[in-house]
Amino acid sequence: MTAERMAVAFGRVLRGAGLRVPLDSVVTFVQCLDAVGITDRNRVYWAAHTAMVRRPEDREAFNVAFAVFWDRISAGEDPHHIAEETVSLAADTDDAEGDDSTERSDDSVSLRFSAMETLSKKDFATYSDSELAEAQRLMQRLRFVGSPRRSLRLRHSRSRRAQVDVRRTVRSSFAHLGEPVRRQWRAPSERMRRLVVLLDVSGSMEPYARAFLRFMHAALVGRQRVEAFTLGTRLTRITRELSHRDPDKALARTSQQVADWSGGTRIGECLRMFNDRWGVRGLARGAIVVMLSDGWDRGNPEVLGDQMQRLSRVAHRVVWVNPLKVTPGYAPLARGMAAALPHVDAFVEGHSLEALERIAAVIHDEGGRVAGVIHA
Amino acid sequence: MVAPRASLGSVQHVREALQGAGYLADEGLATAVFLALSLKRPLLLEGEAGVGKTELAKVLATVRGSELIRLQCYEGIDASQAVYDWDYSRQLLHLRAAEASGEAAGKATEKLENELYDERFLIRRALLRAIEPRNGVAPVLLIDEIDRADDEFEAYLLEVLSDFQITVPEVGTFRATEVPLVVLTSNRTRDVHDALKRRCLYHWVEHPGFEREVDIVRLRVPQVHERLARQVAGAVERLRSLHLYKPPGVAETIDWATALGTLGVTQLDEAVVRSTLGTVLKYREDHERVTEHGFADLIKHAFERGALNG
Repeated sequence: MTAERMAVAFGRVLRGAGLRVPLDSVVTFVQCLDAVGITDRNRVYWAAHTAMVRRPEDREAFNVAFAVFWDRISAGEDPHHIAEETVSLAADTDDAEGDDSTERSDDSVSLRFSAMETLSKKDFATYSDSELAEAQRLMQRLRFVGSPRRSLRLRHSRSRRAQVDVRRTVRSSFAHLGEPVRRQWRAPSERMRRLVVLLDVSGSMEPYARAFLRFMHAALVGRQRVEAFTLGTRLTRITRELSHRDPDKALARTSQQVADWSGGTRIGECLRMFNDRWGVRGLARGAIVVMLSDGWDRGNPEVLGDQMQRLSRVAHRVVWVNPLKVTPGYAPLARGMAAALPHVDAFVEGHSLEALERIAAVIHDEGGRVAGVIHA
Repeated sequence: MVAPRASLGSVQHVREALQGAGYLADEGLATAVFLALSLKRPLLLEGEAGVGKTELAKVLATVRGSELIRLQCYEGIDASQAVYDWDYSRQLLHLRAAEASGEAAGKATEKLENELYDERFLIRRALLRAIEPRNGVAPVLLIDEIDRADDEFEAYLLEVLSDFQITVPEVGTFRATEVPLVVLTSNRTRDVHDALKRRCLYHWVEHPGFEREVDIVRLRVPQVHERLARQVAGAVERLRSLHLYKPPGVAETIDWATALGTLGVTQLDEAVVRSTLGTVLKYREDHERVTEHGFADLIKHAFERGALNG
């Protein structure tokens, strides 16, 4: 067997296992194999690892795929045969999703007119599938800008309050034999804050999670610098899956990625994991963090309180969206919710489209309106 | 200095050469370095803070006997800080001097202008220096914490790392005669763009296991007795299992061992750990957590680990 055959076949196996393997990674792998040989399992393993794994989350799937692949190669099987089998399995599931999405789009056509009015106040929990699709279309109009922050990057400016741009001034002076006739200025530019959205996918959130997921998709597609995660019994980063432009594909990929859909609730633990792995290390620093959750946590509420405090110390703003808040007489009695509230900048409802619009406004607007929303 | 190249001809050689310079690499990392060298591709290292990503680049420079050029990334970094800039004040002076001596009037404007963009007014920043090194030996280029730079800069870097050439419009194109060894590091505060990742070989650097950490301490802090080295590694192992905000990295382990060595400590006890814990843990909450957990258990674990064949 040649290095090329092995590399191509293993690339296909990895794709079947859900990794992104661009062609140049396969080419690199061939070159790596030329350097280390194809007989020593350890050498081949690390060569493949170096060439084809690009993020730590993929290592587990890679290890499994490699073990299977190597065992069967050692048993003398044709590498292409191994690849065929795995790939065909993945292709089947793709077809099923395709059928599903075409049906859904048929339904939504009849709903176009004045949907905004009828849907805007309706509780997401009572939505039908077609209404959900329509709501998604409306959500795409939402804009999530948020207050910008000062960037360190200096940009050309006409303002005289700025600092002198020596480079430009001198450059333009060459046209006048070194006489700086016109001074040029530059000032710090502004840049968008990162928006981090955390979605609780536990059982109690089920009626809302599907609408919120579409809300997150709208945010991801409509704005730069957005990160998306789900919390349940574990933490899953879904930024990559959800950022596909086509909403149906994005949602299908995301639900494949999230293993703990409608499962138990350990928000505190998940938030700890988020803080450790992502948030406090940089992702949430100076960011606007939006938590979509009803605050029911089966874990220790102290953990959630501590972790929310940690998060609020690094984040620019923390917005908690609770779909139950609209219920008459609602008080944050869920122990987790009560523990988290002191560390939340804005506490808003999120049961309907209208409420989501208000969230977009809260994200967008820093000023006085926020205080009104907290106790509205 | 170690003779370059000759000693890096296989994975095993790379491993030995790194060890000779004070860096213990596991098989995965040694393979990644060997492949980066033989394929002449950049190596992207990701991992927790303090696992020795930056250190690797420094050691590689020593091993190859070449210069280390470090580009620390930060938000807002741009070409004039990373690639090249013109020395404007000197250009201006040159112009004035020409004017004063009356040369300017005699010379054609075009000629004077050409003089202004002479290479002597060019300030070479890290990337240009890496591509066109002074002494002709391909250097090690360390692009540190690439995740801190903006996306725009990443796109520029992609171009440089693909062709290893830089064009300065006024002067011409600089092309690397020998491709430098490029090491990029990232702490994963955001994802590096896929296109850049595709250019690079990738390795995720892990915290070392117990035995390797002992070896690292003994290699880096030779004045510390083996028993103490094992106890320190054991205590750090336990600390990492306590869900701290910032679990100690290898750098902290080495700091701790050095501190203990300086104090003349021969084995851990509660008072010593209490007074030196600041070298390992940098958060007040982490100190509280360890106090809550109890020093006795920490020391017990350290002693159990320290006793093994020690």
